[in-house]
Formats: sequence, structure tokens, C-alpha cells
Amino acid sequence: MPSDPAILEVKGLCKSFGGLKAVQDFSLTLRKGDLKGLIGPNGAGKTTVFNLLTGVYKADSGVALLQGRSIRGLRPFRIAAAGMARTFQNIRLFGALSVLDNVKLACHVRTEHTMAGTILRTRWHYGEERAIDARARELLTLFDLADRADEQAMNLPYGDQRRLEIARALATGPTVLLLDEPAAGMNTQEKIELRELIRRVRSEFGVTILLIEHDMGVVMDICERITVLDYGVIIAEGPPDQIQNDPKVIEAYLGEPTPAGGIA
Amino acid sequence: MSSLHDKARQLRPGIGAATLSSAWPVLGVVLLAVALQLVIKPLLSGVAGGDFYSKVILDIGINVVLAVSLTMVNGFTGQFSIGHAAFMAVGGYTGAGIVYYGSMYAYGDPAARAGALSTMLTDHHPGVLFTGGDALYVTALVAGGLVAAACGFVVGLPSLRLKGDYLAIVTLGFGEILRVLIQQSSDVSYEADEVRAAPLVGLAQLFERPRADWQAPVWARLGGPLGFSGLPFYTSLFWVFTVTGLTLLVAYRLKQSTFGRAFLSIREDEIAAEAMGVNTTRYKVWAFVISAFFAGVAGALFAHTTGVQLSAQELGFQKSFDIIIMVVLGGMGSISGAAIAAAAVTMLPEILRDPTKLVQWFPGILVLTLACAIAAWIVRAVRGVTAKPLWAAAGGGAAVIALTALGYTAVVVSRWIGHPLDIKLGDYRMLIFALSLILMMILRPQGLFGVREIWDKALWPKAGRKG
Repeated sequence: MPSDPAILEVKGLCKSFGGLKAVQDFSLTLRKGDLKGLIGPNGAGKTTVFNLLTGVYKADSGVALLQGRSIRGLRPFRIAAAGMARTFQNIRLFGALSVLDNVKLACHVRTEHTMAGTILRTRWHYGEERAIDARARELLTLFDLADRADEQAMNLPYGDQRRLEIARALATGPTVLLLDEPAAGMNTQEKIELRELIRRVRSEFGVTILLIEHDMGVVMDICERITVLDYGVIIAEGPPDQIQNDPKVIEAYLGEPTPAGGIA
Repeated sequence: MSSLHDKARQLRPGIGAATLSSAWPVLGVVLLAVALQLVIKPLLSGVAGGDFYSKVILDIGINVVLAVSLTMVNGFTGQFSIGHAAFMAVGGYTGAGIVYYGSMYAYGDPAARAGALSTMLTDHHPGVLFTGGDALYVTALVAGGLVAAACGFVVGLPSLRLKGDYLAIVTLGFGEILRVLIQQSSDVSYEADEVRAAPLVGLAQLFERPRADWQAPVWARLGGPLGFSGLPFYTSLFWVFTVTGLTLLVAYRLKQSTFGRAFLSIREDEIAAEAMGVNTTRYKVWAFVISAFFAGVAGALFAHTTGVQLSAQELGFQKSFDIIIMVVLGGMGSISGAAIAAAAVTMLPEILRDPTKLVQWFPGILVLTLACAIAAWIVRAVRGVTAKPLWAAAGGGAAVIALTALGYTAVVVSRWIGHPLDIKLGDYRMLIFALSLILMMILRPQGLFGVREIWDKALWPKAGRKG
């Protein structure tokens, strides 16, 4: 669907830390419903790209447009409100909060609460709290976490924590979802379920997904297009079968055999 | 999925239902406070040492307000404020100025004109519930809170924009600046004519050439290093527990809302909170301002309490630390934990002052435990956890009673041993107090309840499962 307007358009994004050029001239276009992979060897700058897009780091130069609106230089919460949600590579749940509250908190950007309304408990306050509760439980059911709603998030098993991160990100009502290594630490069975889940999330929530993943089995299976990053520079872009045979990609990955993906 | 807005509109309760569930806790708080003032206090003054009990209950109330308000900052948002007493001082001095000079202006002398709701005296029967003096006092409470909240905003905004422990340093500095300013203030004015003649806002004077008859405006006459003396006493069980109840209610309502979740998310992980759309600066400042408001009100309550001399020394660093101890003991982020810890920390030194008097405290502790057990049982029954919890509560009560008995035995034994050696346990009360704090931190570092509340099901996993 190349005629669609771009949901996320990134051009020439650069970021240096001191003398280290972490990301150079990064460009990317996501159209509605895309499911794109972002891969590369360790330290290639993939997570830095996510941090630039979500406002954790400020880009040195470049353009980032979310639905036509510039998001470069905005604080993270504004970018979240504009419709970009993410998960974290090293899980960052609100550990002491319950599973349910983790998701309820993320409904935050779509609420219209006021301090006076909260303290006085107006009709609107009750209605909104109920709506948030219903939305959060809906999401937990979809992610098979409903029976763990009252547990503290830090007590969940690893795979559940990864899924809760995705559920929490979806609760912000995003148009673009950035997933940072969702399969990390999962066993084979969980990885198979995760592929299904990501596909379902895309179709049911109509979100556009950008996925960082080291597991080539997952990436090659579910992504329609893949961008490969090495030393902060894009070295290849295209559909999975093309990427797998790209000599530059094979070179970047040399010495790192990944049997599942068939590269190297 | 339908939008959250439409769903919220659709799920709104009716006006009647919403008003009822919103208003009954407020009514309940006021009724309880009235009962405490007009029923419990007269009953207590009939008993030997009863007035002392009343005073301890009053101190507990003020400390609960302080601990619960501080827990909104240190507990909910995980920032570290070490100058809570400074906001108390702001509220206290603001309130004192309004009540003292207001009385001088209106009546010509600062004596209390308290109605039946605003007196701790046993032989004072004004015949009316509320007087003009009381109106002045209520104005002072609210103004004390508002001025403290404004200070909280000014102090909080620059430091809370940053991540890290800047707030601790800034609040510490604020406390010191305030102490010096108060100590530099002029003497309290005792002449009604002088007060009536003195300009309320003397700013213009500051720009004039110094004259021989220069007088400090009343807002700069706060008693200096000696403290603000001659304040009328209005603070009673009614006012203290109205404020305590409202503080608890506001803290609870905030915690159970989008605000509370945002506060706690900042504490748990600031980066993740921002990524989920939380404007961390805005929420940290909100928490800090609300916390400062209640500290200010508590300060105004404190200023007008019998037996208290309002001074900067009294509301210094030591007081801030006392409040922090209560919050840490209660569990960072637990409202009920902070309240219970505040009560315990207030009572413990009084009990230890003369441990042999434990016999006198025993009925009180017994009644309190039973009341807590019954209240916990009702709350849990309402929330659908039935059966065993009553036994769990009774077991908890029995444990408290057993501990008290054990403590008493220890006291008696130590008296036998101590008497010939001339050791009085009361002399070591602060030592025992400190030891019990250390013990608590070793045995239960997360505090009484951690981030949970006493009524949370998850706090009582065993009892809940059996039920």
C-alpha cells in the first residue's frame, strides 16, 4: 500500500555520545499496519534508535514525524500522548504495583482527570475509573494475564512480564508500537505463542509495529520488511528473503552463527 | 475498542449515587470528630490521668497528618524530602499571625474565645459550639495550608524537574533559611493600639529612610528566637481529627486514582513512567504541593495546642526526621502504615516514660486492638473476604495482648533487678525507643506494610486463601 500516507517518517536521524557516533543518518518509513523488523549485531544502535524515537535521548539532527507531527525534541510523555508506545529490552515494569495497576496506569494519557474531581470524587471520576478498570481487564484477558491481575508485577514469571509490557504499552492507545526484543529470555513454546500474539495485536488494535529482535526465527517469520543496522548505519533494507541473502548483512553477522535464521 | 472517554461517559453513576458515595466519608469524619470532642473527651476527663490521654490522642492526630502527608512525597513518588517540618513552620507561623493579630485587632487581646468544639479545657463550658474566634482559627488553618502549599510549589518546581535527590538538599536548605528568617523577626506586639495602628503590609516602610519611630509591620513580629508566645489555644480533638480524617481521605482517594498510579509509577521507574505518558514533573510537584498543604495545616494545629511554644527550634531538622521515621516504619507508600506508625511512635516514648504505668495503658491498648480487629473484619467482610479473617484478626489481637503482657512482665522483672542497682527504665526510654526502631528495620526493612494497605487482600495471603 505505498499510496498510504506514512504513519511514522524518520529522516537523517543522528546521535553521538561524545566521540562515538551511535546512530548516523537513520531513515525509516512506516505505513499503517506495517510490521517491520530492526535487526543488527549487538551494539549496532537499535535500542538507541528506540530511545531517540521515544524521546529518552534527544537527537542531534534529523526529522521524526508521527502522523505528520514533528516529535523530535519532545519529552517522552508527549510522544506517548502523540501515539507512540514502547516496551523495554531490560523489562521496566512497575514492580511493586499489581499487574492490573500497571495496565491501568498506562491508560493515563487517554484520561481526563483533574485534582479536584479526584479528591471530591465526581460522577466523571467514578465513570472514568470504571472505564479504565474495564479496559485494563480486557487487555489482561487478551494477554492471558487476567488471573494474575492482583499479583505484584515483579512476582510474575519472565515470559508473563514480557507480555505484560506489551499489554501496558497497548493501554496507552498507540498508533505505533515499538517492541524491544520481546522474545528475549523466552522458551521455544513461548516464542511460538509470541509470534501469534504480535500478529493478533496488529490486526485487533490496528497498530503499526517496529520490532527489535535477536531471534531470527521470530523476525523472519512475522516481519514483512526488515532494516539492518550495523555501527549505527543502515546497511540493508528489504523483505526477509532478500535480507537473508544480502552479502553486507552476512558480513556484519560473520562469526555469529544463528542457525535459526540461516544467516552466516 | 471504543474510546475511553465514551466508555467513561457511559459508565458514570447517577448524580444521587455519586454524591452519596462521595460525601458519606466526609460526614463520617466530621461526626466521629464531634463524638470524640463532645463524648469521649468528657468521659476521659472523669478518669484519673484522662486529660493526659486526651493530649496524647491529640498529638497522635497531628502526627498522623504529618506522616500521611509526607508519605505522599517520600512514599508515593519516591522523592526524598527532609524538610517537612519547615512547611509545618510556614503553616504554623502563618496561622499564629492570623489568629494572634486578628484577635488583637478585633477583640483587643489575644485570649481564646473558643466554642465547645474548640477547647481542650475541662472546666470551659461556653454554651455555644462555634464562635467568632473559631472562625478566625479556621481561617488560620486554611491559610496556613495554602501558604505552605505555595512555598511547596516554589521550592518543589525547580528541584523536581530533575531526576535524583536534589529535593533532599533543597528542602534542607529551605528549612534552614526559614529558621534564620523566623529567628530574625521582631518581638510579638502586646499592645492592641499598636497592632491597630501598625500597617498590615509594611512594604512601603522598607523603602523609606530609617526613622526613629520605625516599627516592624505585624507580619514581621513573630517573636524571634524566643518563639511566638501568648498564642490562644483553639486546637481540640474535634479540629485535629477532622483534619486527620480529611487527610487520610484525600490520601486514600489520590492513591486509588490516576494520580496515585502516576505517583507510584514515578517511584517504581521514572523512565518507564514517562514512556507511558506520565508527565513526571507535573505529578511530583502535585504530590509535593498537596503534602506541603497538609503539613501547613498540621503546623497551624500545632501552633494553637496547649502546652506548645511555637518556635523555629521546635520545628527544625529533628522534627522533620521524626516524621521521616514514621513514614519509613509504616512502609514507604502505605497510608495506613504511616498512620499506625505515627500513632505508635507518638505513644511509645510516653509509655516508656514510666513503663510501670503500662497497667494503665493496658485497657486502652486492649480496646484499641479489638476495635482495629473488628474494623478490619468489617472492611474485609464488605470486600467479600469472609470466614477465617475474624480468627486472623482475633489471633492478631491475642498476639498484641500477649506481647503487652510480656512487656509488662519484663518491666516488673527489670524493676526487681533495677531497684537495688537504682536503675530506672524510664531514664533509658529514648535508648529503648531507638533500639526498637533498629530492631524493626532489621526484621522488617520494608516497614509495616510496604506499599500495601492494611485492608489489602494481598497483605493477608494465608487468611484470604483459607476463607
